[in-house]
Amino acid sequence: MRRIRGEMVRSPRRAGLRWLLVPALVAAIGCGGGGGSTGGGGTPTTPPPGTPPDLLADAPAIEPGTAAMRRLTEVQYKASIADVLGDDVVVGGRVELDDRRDGFLAVGSSFVSVTPAGFEQYDGIARSVAEQAIRGSQRAALVPCEPVAATGADDACAREFVRQVGRRLLRRPLDDGDVESRVVVARETASELGSFDAGLEAALATLLLSPEFLFRIEATEPDPGRSDRERYSSVAMASRLSYLLWNTTPDEELLAAAERDELLDDASLAAHLDRMLDSPRLEDGVRVFFDDQYGFDQIAQGLVRKDATLFPAFSQALIRDAREQTLLTATDHLLTEDADYRGLFTTRRLFMSRTLGVVYQVPVLSPAGFEPHDLPSGSDRAGILTHLSLLALYSQPGRSSPTLRGKFVREVLLCQDVPPPPGNIDFSMFEDQSGDRRTARDRLRAHNDNQACAGCHALMDPIGFGLENMDSMGAWRASENGAEIDPSGQLNGTSYDDAVGLGAAMAGDPLVGPCLVQSFFRFALGREIAPGERAFLDWMNARLSERGYHLREIIRLIVMSDAFRSTSGPRAAAGEARS
Amino acid sequence: MTRAISRRTFLRGTVGGAAISVGLPLLDCFLTGNGDALADGGALPVRFGTWFWGCGMNPDRWIPAVEGPDYELSPELQALAPVKQHVNVISGLNTILDGRANYPHSTGILANITGTVSGTEGGVSAPSVDVLISREIGKTTRFRSIEMAATGRPTQTYSIESEAVRNASAVSPLELYARIFGAGFADPNAGSFVPDPRLVLRRSALSAIKDDVARLEGRLGSHDRQRLDQYLTAIRQLELQLDVSLSGPPDLDACRKPPAPRGEDLGTDLPQTRATHEMMTELLVFALLCDQTRVFNMLFSWSLSELRLPGAEINHHQLTHDEGVDQDLGYQPRATEFALASMDAWAGFVARLAAEPEGAGSLLDGCLVMAHSDSSFAKSHDVNKIPFMTAGRAGGRIRTGLHVALPGEPASRMGLTMQQVMGLQVGDWGTGSMQVNRAIDAILA
Repeated sequence: MRRIRGEMVRSPRRAGLRWLLVPALVAAIGCGGGGGSTGGGGTPTTPPPGTPPDLLADAPAIEPGTAAMRRLTEVQYKASIADVLGDDVVVGGRVELDDRRDGFLAVGSSFVSVTPAGFEQYDGIARSVAEQAIRGSQRAALVPCEPVAATGADDACAREFVRQVGRRLLRRPLDDGDVESRVVVARETASELGSFDAGLEAALATLLLSPEFLFRIEATEPDPGRSDRERYSSVAMASRLSYLLWNTTPDEELLAAAERDELLDDASLAAHLDRMLDSPRLEDGVRVFFDDQYGFDQIAQGLVRKDATLFPAFSQALIRDAREQTLLTATDHLLTEDADYRGLFTTRRLFMSRTLGVVYQVPVLSPAGFEPHDLPSGSDRAGILTHLSLLALYSQPGRSSPTLRGKFVREVLLCQDVPPPPGNIDFSMFEDQSGDRRTARDRLRAHNDNQACAGCHALMDPIGFGLENMDSMGAWRASENGAEIDPSGQLNGTSYDDAVGLGAAMAGDPLVGPCLVQSFFRFALGREIAPGERAFLDWMNARLSERGYHLREIIRLIVMSDAFRSTSGPRAAAGEARS
Repeated sequence: MTRAISRRTFLRGTVGGAAISVGLPLLDCFLTGNGDALADGGALPVRFGTWFWGCGMNPDRWIPAVEGPDYELSPELQALAPVKQHVNVISGLNTILDGRANYPHSTGILANITGTVSGTEGGVSAPSVDVLISREIGKTTRFRSIEMAATGRPTQTYSIESEAVRNASAVSPLELYARIFGAGFADPNAGSFVPDPRLVLRRSALSAIKDDVARLEGRLGSHDRQRLDQYLTAIRQLELQLDVSLSGPPDLDACRKPPAPRGEDLGTDLPQTRATHEMMTELLVFALLCDQTRVFNMLFSWSLSELRLPGAEINHHQLTHDEGVDQDLGYQPRATEFALASMDAWAGFVARLAAEPEGAGSLLDGCLVMAHSDSSFAKSHDVNKIPFMTAGRAGGRIRTGLHVALPGEPASRMGLTMQQVMGLQVGDWGTGSMQVNRAIDAILA
């Protein structure tokens, strides 16, 4: 059994430094003999500068999974509207709720539909957005022609408008059926209300309510030489790339290339992929992945609450900043630094706002916004597990929860299943805080005495005990109810003394990297992994564990694969036999 | 159902902009098909609703000792004293699992409202009973149904169309007010009624979207076709909503616009939930008086009840597990406080509807409300002896003031009874041991 003490592993800022610091870094986490399997704060390798067209030359064959349309998430819906109609268009109000399935909203998006109440909301937003777009400063950019008269219908100009803006909204060239139904709407409204622009507003609103705007319905076509599968059309690939990498609708350059069928062959797909990977907008896609994986939508919706008496320092502003801190840290580490994902559990680099500084008890100079901050060596915290965001999210409103925190680590970060609790259990021993049951560890120790509980809690609680020095809102504490907290424990056979050591054990755990790959794969595909894709994932992991779990490389491997570019056919409804 | 009318005819009829008073013959075609329901305050609409609270009760202290009309309220039903004559207590019903897993706080409730025990956690294989009823009686109102949760969490809902489609709950009284009584509401006390030509145009424009759906259907697999059908249903509901708005203010004596809520504080601290619940109940009363909907769902607390006393470290659900049974009292005193608070809130809900006059009686007389929970004794996730109640007389279709004991009977008898009382032609309902064909006739008038 290895034993890891919390050690400082600083993520080097500049690429030039990386080479100098790597030997020291490997020594610091004491992974002698462990080879590349101990990720630490980085790896000795860098990813290739671009995507070689033959990237997957050695990869095993893939039998891809099924296809299903995906409803735009709330963030995608808003970003797509802003991209097409202008940043100053305000999308007010709620939209239909995203649904989490198998751990991801991205997977849920391929199951949800629209309820009557949800359609009402989409309708209200569509009308408001259309009005802002046509009456606002962006009208000139959106309307490519001037009508014969501003006070009436003009089919020709309306047709031009619908064709142009509709192509961007529906993410494909419009056919005559799409266009003419909107020209009728524009004509009717313009005539009745005596205003050409009122007609455009009405036509635009119907485009925003089209099922092909609200859902990504991606066209497939026969895959030459493969009768057992369909491939996504070039135009469909534009949406698949854009929503995955940038979390929004394709830009003009991508859509135009797609219409020239450029997203089908390896070389030009690789070129477009590289342009998107190099764009600052990649951050939008990566942020959404972590928002989704960590369940941060709860924070955005204001659902993480703490008891006002017990945690007077807690506020919605604090928890919103905490989410931002974690997302900034993750994107800095994975994109700016291009560092190994596993280092996220040990890095002492994070980003601070003044609000957060109060709880972390560190000075923050910037009066507003975030500044980079390096926790000192010997700090009680390191890595994202010690971020306020995750600590507060995976706690109860009045009390920390080693079980919830441990469950999060097992299920979300290690991709392990934790069975549900059995029925008919006497839980009363966990409530008694008198005598010798003052800490969570004391209370939960009772599980060990109960065979029905012990197995599963042994999977979760020890991980959570490592984080017990941080209370329900993530603030440091040395004791609970007057008793000193013992944060030691073990993870998959590696013992640790405290939260910093737990982070180091995570960074070295062989499940951590493959879990990221599996999670990102499901996020990217919006569905479970198909059996015919397992061998490909194994191949990816063999390669990445050697070369480092660099996120851009993971994206490259997935996007270039047949899992992303083709499908075995449409998904059958539940209860129907697969065709 | 709405009678067919040519769109062009209607456009010509309303776009002139002339003021049109209530009940003009032209607009009668947009009134509900069963016009008698709205005529002269005669036969009033009958509504169905549910009221849910989480984490059950203590069966020994909740179930009354005696059956029939002369029962005494049990210790945990004391809050119902002022409304006892409006309520039926239905005790002893079980969720019969047929050997399937009892996923805590989800298997029981989902089986009870859908008639089918799902084999998966949180899964459903049939629509919930409120949806079945709204598909029949919600076809003529502006909203087919209205879902509310007093917990601040819109995902907390037991109104289920299908595995993929669950009707999200309104959580903000302010937003709920805007949705029901905002711009789309035809106010009967706002003077003369002028149909908005823009509504007619919006109604017409929706056909472009229906065309889109029609063009897509052939391209999709069965999974996506089902989802698109749901989308089409949603479009049709908006069409209906516009029709109702265009037909003028509701012709109901009791209808009036309520005052807007003043501020709100969402959350699951007990005082927050109670205040939100009261505000939503108030809006619901007026929505029903104005026949904006005939089906509603009110969720007081989630099945994993997050209700909490301010300053407490742990919530209702945790208490049901963590708190020991007091050996002297024979129950968990702190957890039970929340069961009592839930009964108190339910009694308040019933009292509010009963206090509102409508026709010759009260608004409650024209309603059938089913109250229920996910379990009985939550500490052990017990899905036997599930607590059920009804309130209201469903327009004279049921009797009230009774305790009906049905020990060991399938809980789906409740859902079957609700459907039959609301006029649905359904002879048997549910699957497996939850398949039933006998309504609870003791409460039928």
